[in-house]
Amino acid sequence: MLSRTAENLFWVARYMERAETMARLLEVGARIALTPSTGHGYRSEWESLLQASGTADGFSEKYGDPVQRNIESYLFFDRDNPSSVVSCIERARENARIVRTAITGQVWDTLNTAFQEIRQIERQPRSEWEITELCEWVARQSALLRGAMDGTMLRNDGFFFMNLGYALERADNTARLIDVKYFVLLPSVEMVGSGLDNYQWQVLLRALQSYRAFHWAYGGELTASKIMHFLILNPASPRSLISATRKAMHHLDNLESFYEVEPGTGLPQMRAKAIMTELNQTQVAEIIDEGLHEFLTRFIGEVGQLTALVQQTYLSGDAR
Amino acid sequence: MTEYFNEMFDGGKVRQPYNGLDGWMREMPSELRAMKQAEAEALFRRIGITFAVYGEGGDPDRLIPFDMFPRVFTQPEWRKLERGIKQRARALNAFLLDVYGRGEIVRAGRIPARLVYQNDAYERAVSGFIPPRGIYSHIVGVDLVRTGPDQFYVLEDNCRTPSGVSYMLENREIMMRMFPQLFRENRIEPVDGYSDALRRTLASVAPTKCEGEPTVAILTPGHFNSAYYEHSFLADLMGVELVEGPDLFCEGGFCWMRTTEGPKKLDVIYRRIDDAFLDPLCFRPDSMLGIPGLMDVYRSGGVSICSAPGAGVADDKAIYTFVPEMVRFYLGEEPLLENVPTWQCAKKDDCKYVLENLSELVVKEVHGSGGYGMLVGPKSTKEQIENFRHKIEDNPENYIAQPTLALSTTPTFVEEGVAPRHVDLRPYCLVGEKVELVPGGLTRVALTEGSLVVNSSQGGGVKDTWVLAE
Repeated sequence: MLSRTAENLFWVARYMERAETMARLLEVGARIALTPSTGHGYRSEWESLLQASGTADGFSEKYGDPVQRNIESYLFFDRDNPSSVVSCIERARENARIVRTAITGQVWDTLNTAFQEIRQIERQPRSEWEITELCEWVARQSALLRGAMDGTMLRNDGFFFMNLGYALERADNTARLIDVKYFVLLPSVEMVGSGLDNYQWQVLLRALQSYRAFHWAYGGELTASKIMHFLILNPASPRSLISATRKAMHHLDNLESFYEVEPGTGLPQMRAKAIMTELNQTQVAEIIDEGLHEFLTRFIGEVGQLTALVQQTYLSGDAR
Repeated sequence: MTEYFNEMFDGGKVRQPYNGLDGWMREMPSELRAMKQAEAEALFRRIGITFAVYGEGGDPDRLIPFDMFPRVFTQPEWRKLERGIKQRARALNAFLLDVYGRGEIVRAGRIPARLVYQNDAYERAVSGFIPPRGIYSHIVGVDLVRTGPDQFYVLEDNCRTPSGVSYMLENREIMMRMFPQLFRENRIEPVDGYSDALRRTLASVAPTKCEGEPTVAILTPGHFNSAYYEHSFLADLMGVELVEGPDLFCEGGFCWMRTTEGPKKLDVIYRRIDDAFLDPLCFRPDSMLGIPGLMDVYRSGGVSICSAPGAGVADDKAIYTFVPEMVRFYLGEEPLLENVPTWQCAKKDDCKYVLENLSELVVKEVHGSGGYGMLVGPKSTKEQIENFRHKIEDNPENYIAQPTLALSTTPTFVEEGVAPRHVDLRPYCLVGEKVELVPGGLTRVALTEGSLVVNSSQGGGVKDTWVLAE
């Protein structure tokens, strides 16, 4: 497969995952705005949202103060914001169009329909749309795409590259979500376990659509360490860092066996395996000792290096 | 009032090729027609057969209007055309081989040296190099118009990279899906062999250094190109990679594709980009596009390029006049297809005649295409004609003129029902180990009443083109 084709497929998945993360963030923001303030104003919540999406600078340049309506526009519709839902979906679709023949009709239909629908949505007056409805629509498109991939694509390198894109983007996004929540709201370790803290963590769980899953998995009271375990170390949690890393490793293995390379010898695998081994041996207490922010920064850096190795090994086409 | 040849109706009578369509046309309720038309459009959009027009605002994914009324040829009509087209494709290739070699036709005084060697499309870089099988133009698109039952004219040749073949194939697919009974009742020659024939043609001109089964790829300018759909469609049908310049690099006398498994050698490039963007080292040092070193690899037999760089010198509008002469000179045959009589404004007498008769002539720029920059005398205002007169006087060499042809019409679905509209025809002739032509082509139709301009950029549409089996 052409390296560029692989790269386009990889980015189709990354952009769709990013669109979904963005939509979930917005949904959480909208939810917080409906909840009475507990000492904090809404303002800082919206700011933390912008922080989480990595778009705070772009936003303040364009709009200044964080006002809900502007934030919604910026995160959902704004083409000047490369991470907005609309930007992500358009780019996912354009990447797919470039490699139209490397995906199935159904996968293309899903992306193309999402693109056509979003243009319709844009033409309607904003007042006719509830932000939660829009966010659910995005989550649905994302689910449709995964379903179409799963149901119709050959299990070949193209499929593996798309899934690799999903996994790496998810690992990165989850880590950033946890980091921002923690960094912005819990400046000191002493606050871990306080009532306010739990409320913020609960919001985070909702953002990751895992609130109920968490209760099924742990039961009882929400505690910071349970939640950290769930989001970072629990392989049963679909968005945990360990699940995303495992998924990335799985598809790197698939690629090796598809290309008939001796198993475990590729640079990306070795790196993925090292990350995995570390996560397997880590305890929540150790993360708290290291400092959650420090731990997450290190993790994001490692995922970045893994992505660079994937790029260098498969997507640049220079040699292996 | 000019009489136009109607391909379906001769007076009140239905001409034989269209017997199978008369009943179909009359019996189709208008609601069904509207439904089918909407269905066809939805299919085109769904498959993604759009003609992307960027930078003009509006919908970037535009559809070329599709007319469901097929255009029909009988077997004898087609055989005659086929022989003429193949003859022309052979002569054009012989000409290219000659002018990049000894230039016999120029020495013999049949074509002025200036028109060949000072032509912008003449590539000095390939002079003296003989491509595999001596073929330069592997896909020749010959644009034809019809003015009577037996009278066809060649409007122009396309020796570089004629586009539109995806419409020929998709129009047929969609007609078969929507009106299967028509294909049961009429014996229609299939066109779906085109992609196999194209792949065979490309593989047959593998370079000398290629061992074993050649690897073929289509080189596209990228997804912003208006014909990107066609490039990706053909690559998919042939099962070959669709590459862009940055996907390729040259090393050790070969051209390589960057793949997920490392570099893979590429043997034959079907390029859909202009000569100027092939190799910045050779053609355009200012260009970021292209593959540095490609021309060296090409000239040393490491890779084949289809069509060969420099093929454009054969389809220039000034060279066009001499194609019948090429047929006589290289093949020793009489041309089976006629050229449209053409006046070269570069010649003094011709220019005088043209300026005196502007209101009856069609005037074109020598290097123009796409229906732009031309004057259709009988359809123009006095002012437009006077404007053009000045342009010609300023730079006569840049213009040729032809009589306004009475293009044939075929029935076409319009708002009010069915009405005659003017059409042309572009068949695609493949030149490799064999010279082949699938029975069919792209029929373009001028949808505006009375219009003679069929270009899609000027409101033209397309039709399925049938050749009836015997």
